[in-house]
Amino acid sequence: MASTGDLEPTHYPARRAATVALHYLNTHHGSPFRVFGLQQVHKASAEDVAAGGRKYKLDFSVTDWASGSEGPALRCSADVLFPQTERHSGPEVQLRCEALQQINRTAQEEHAFYQRYISPDSAVSARDIPDSYGNVSEEMQPFWRLARVAASFIMLRESSERTEFNMAQVASVAQQGSSEEQLMLEFVVLLHDFPSQEIIQWKLLASWSPDRGVRVLQTEWQPRCPHATKPPN
Amino acid sequence: MRVYLAVIALLAAVHSEELFNGDHVLRVHAESEDHIQILKELERDVNSGLDFWTHAVSTERPVDIRVPHSSLNAVKLFLKKSNIPFTVMINNVQELLVREREEMVHNAEMERKTKSFNFAAYHDLETIYKFMDTLVDKHSNLISKERIGSTFENRPMYVLKFSTGGEKKPAIWIDAGIHAREWISHATAVWLANRIATDFEKNRALVPSILGHVDIYLMIVANPDGYVFTHHSPNTHYRLWRKSRSVTSNPKCPGVDLNRNWDAHFGGPGASDDPCAEDYRGPSVQSEIEVKNIADFIMSHGNFKSFMTLHSYKQLLMYPYGYSGTDAPDKPELHDVATQASKALNSWHGTVYKVGSIFHTIEPASGASADWAYLRGIKYSFAFELRDTGKYGFLLPADQIVSTATETWLALKYIMKHVCDHPY
Repeated sequence: MASTGDLEPTHYPARRAATVALHYLNTHHGSPFRVFGLQQVHKASAEDVAAGGRKYKLDFSVTDWASGSEGPALRCSADVLFPQTERHSGPEVQLRCEALQQINRTAQEEHAFYQRYISPDSAVSARDIPDSYGNVSEEMQPFWRLARVAASFIMLRESSERTEFNMAQVASVAQQGSSEEQLMLEFVVLLHDFPSQEIIQWKLLASWSPDRGVRVLQTEWQPRCPHATKPPN
Repeated sequence: MRVYLAVIALLAAVHSEELFNGDHVLRVHAESEDHIQILKELERDVNSGLDFWTHAVSTERPVDIRVPHSSLNAVKLFLKKSNIPFTVMINNVQELLVREREEMVHNAEMERKTKSFNFAAYHDLETIYKFMDTLVDKHSNLISKERIGSTFENRPMYVLKFSTGGEKKPAIWIDAGIHAREWISHATAVWLANRIATDFEKNRALVPSILGHVDIYLMIVANPDGYVFTHHSPNTHYRLWRKSRSVTSNPKCPGVDLNRNWDAHFGGPGASDDPCAEDYRGPSVQSEIEVKNIADFIMSHGNFKSFMTLHSYKQLLMYPYGYSGTDAPDKPELHDVATQASKALNSWHGTVYKVGSIFHTIEPASGASADWAYLRGIKYSFAFELRDTGKYGFLLPADQIVSTATETWLALKYIMKHVCDHPY
């Protein structure tokens, strides 16, 4: 299914490519107090490239989901290349967003959060964020965002023109012993792929500090709960 | 005149009853000025115990009088002797009052139940079904509940019919919850049911006139088995369940995607033949009892003019086709209606929806209900993906239910009005 030339911004090919750029943005600039969502695609085009992949040019806007009800929109432009390779390799993204540097209002919150949880006795652990009813406790909000940022590494890597990933839920978070002054968190995240409607489960180990940002150290695909095909009666 | 005074004396003597047991209401037809004068005299006498519900003014209008049981014979005799015709309108006021009071208590109870129903919360199937009964009870002149069949696990499938009467009026179909995990769709439909009823009762703009033209059929839970499954436990295997709960050829993978099982290019792109897939189309077209029940119902009704299905998430308002990228013949009109409807939606809270065909906006999807309806000649066929765009996704917080439902209602009203204004 080739989409080449100018693309309709509201149609899925443009939106899928923009979603990839969004994942890239979050891996680079996401934090416990900042995570972006796609607001709108303004312009999009695609062309075949010599090496056999497809390159999208995008003009889109994002908003920071951490800033209450709809913070200001950030305008971005990106080139997204989906390579054509035998084995899947993740897309390559080049991204420019206006005024990114100016969003540093969260530095204080980040440091407070870091100080609170870096202590050796800290052993945060929680399940189902949000819960079935959409609730996320105040305390869990930064962990929810961290999970989304970490999940973005996976979503970016796993993306193709036939996928459109979003993090549906954090199944669990378990703090591990801090290492090299990084918060260490083991997440199990559930990704939702829009075209196939599949829920895909990944376990991952991520580190974070205000200085180093989010790094993903290990990822492991997990089969969905096989034992629960029938509810216990 | 003496007869008259004697009767008054008699009436005064026997009148002492406080209760209305056995009291009648007589409808008296004055035929002359004389009659009118007699009745006026009768009314003026406060000791008579007669209770004039309407007054003797002219020969054009009947006079209704509540007559205590003990005075009944005397009054009837008097009227006969004066040649004033009458009929018995109510032959036991107490009985009527008891019934009325019972109804009032019942209505107050229903009022309390529906007023106390928490629309800003997600409810399980049993609670939703109880709510439906309460609503029907409270608005029995407008709403009825029809059982259109059972699910795979043998649960009833109900549709609420909103109708002001008439034979086979053109109808509008709205369903929610065909995908179990899309809880905001069920919650929105519950709110909608109540809103349509109260808008009609309070004579609020558009609803009475819409219901003058069409009947509305609202199916709040199109996939009851799936919905029950999502409530089974907080474990995401349950909460994020999408499909039905039918047994498939793979014992480890039950369930069919009910929105890929319709007779609309079944087996085409955008649907899987693997029972373990979330978009498993099922072994054959309309193999799923839930789909068959709805399809049969709509086809046998034969006069549906619009079909709308509520889903989540992504904030999209779409029209056919899903199975193909070709423009539907009515695309220009459908796109225009959807665009205007999305603007109406946006006016409530600023929520932005994108508009387009299912195929182009989401992805190719064959066997989808909106396509099925359109291919059956139901022109105004739309699919909604409600809030949000991914932050919470399927797990939308309950505090967004009412604003989501309200904005969606504005879009639906726009579409319904368009349907009424453009009969075909």
